[in-house]
Amino acid sequence: MPYSEMMVKPMREEVTRLGVQELRTVADVDAALGPGEGTALVFVNSICGCAAGMARPALTLALQHRVRPQHLYTVFAGQDLDAAARARSYFADYQPSSPSVALLRDGEVVHFVHRHMIEGRSPETIAAGLIAAFDKYCSKEGVAKSE
Amino acid sequence: MSGAVFHPGHEELHGVAVVVEGASGRTWVGRYHERTPSGVVLHDAASHDPAVPGGELDRDGWIARQLKFGIRAERKLVVIPPAEVGRITRLMAWEEGPPAGA
Repeated sequence: MPYSEMMVKPMREEVTRLGVQELRTVADVDAALGPGEGTALVFVNSICGCAAGMARPALTLALQHRVRPQHLYTVFAGQDLDAAARARSYFADYQPSSPSVALLRDGEVVHFVHRHMIEGRSPETIAAGLIAAFDKYCSKEGVAKSE
Repeated sequence: MSGAVFHPGHEELHGVAVVVEGASGRTWVGRYHERTPSGVVLHDAASHDPAVPGGELDRDGWIARQLKFGIRAERKLVVIPPAEVGRITRLMAWEEGPPAGA
C-alpha cells in the first residue's frame, strides 16, 4: 500500500534534484524507455532504509562523475505501482527488488545493481561500482557534467 | 556504514539477503527476518535442493544466478527449522564463490 505522498515527496526530490526524470505513469515509462536508444539509467526508488542510507546517496555521488548515461530516469516502487511495474518490464530478466539500479544501452541491460548489492555497503562503494559501469558502457556517448 | 543495522531493534542480518545452508544439503536464499524458537524466518525466499531430480544447476551455480539476476522469490515466507539451519552468510559473501568454510 502506498505511503503518504507528503512523506515520500522528499525521497522523490532527493533523486529528481540530481536531474533525474521521474516516470510516474506507464505512458511516461514507455515514452522514455520505449525507443531504447543510447544509454539510460533507471533508479528504482524505495522508502526502505537502505534507499535512504545507501542507494540515494550513492546515486548522488555517482552522478558527480564526468561520464554519465545519456538518460537518467527514476520510478518509485511501492508508490507509483504501474509505472514501476512497467519499468521493470524493460529489465524483466532481473527479479524485482528495490532499491535497485538498471543501466541500459540501446535497450539492453548492461549493468544491474540489486538491493542485495546495496544493503550493508557504503554509498562510496556502491557509487564506485556505478562509476565503473558508466566508464565501461557510457564513455563514448555519455553526458559530461559541466566541468 | 558497512554492516550497519538499518532496522534498529533487530538482529544485524534483519532485512539482509542471506544464504542459509541446510543440514540436509538444501540451501535457501532470502531476506533474513529473525530467528525464533521455530526456526529462522526468511522473506521472499528461494531454495535449492540437490535431491530434486531435474535441477539444472548445482548449488554454487544456483547461488551465482540469484546474485546476478536477483532472488527468484518462490515463497513469501519460509521458516527453516533449527535442526536444519546451518551456516548463515550474506548473499554478497558468495560474490567470489563460496565463502571460506563452505
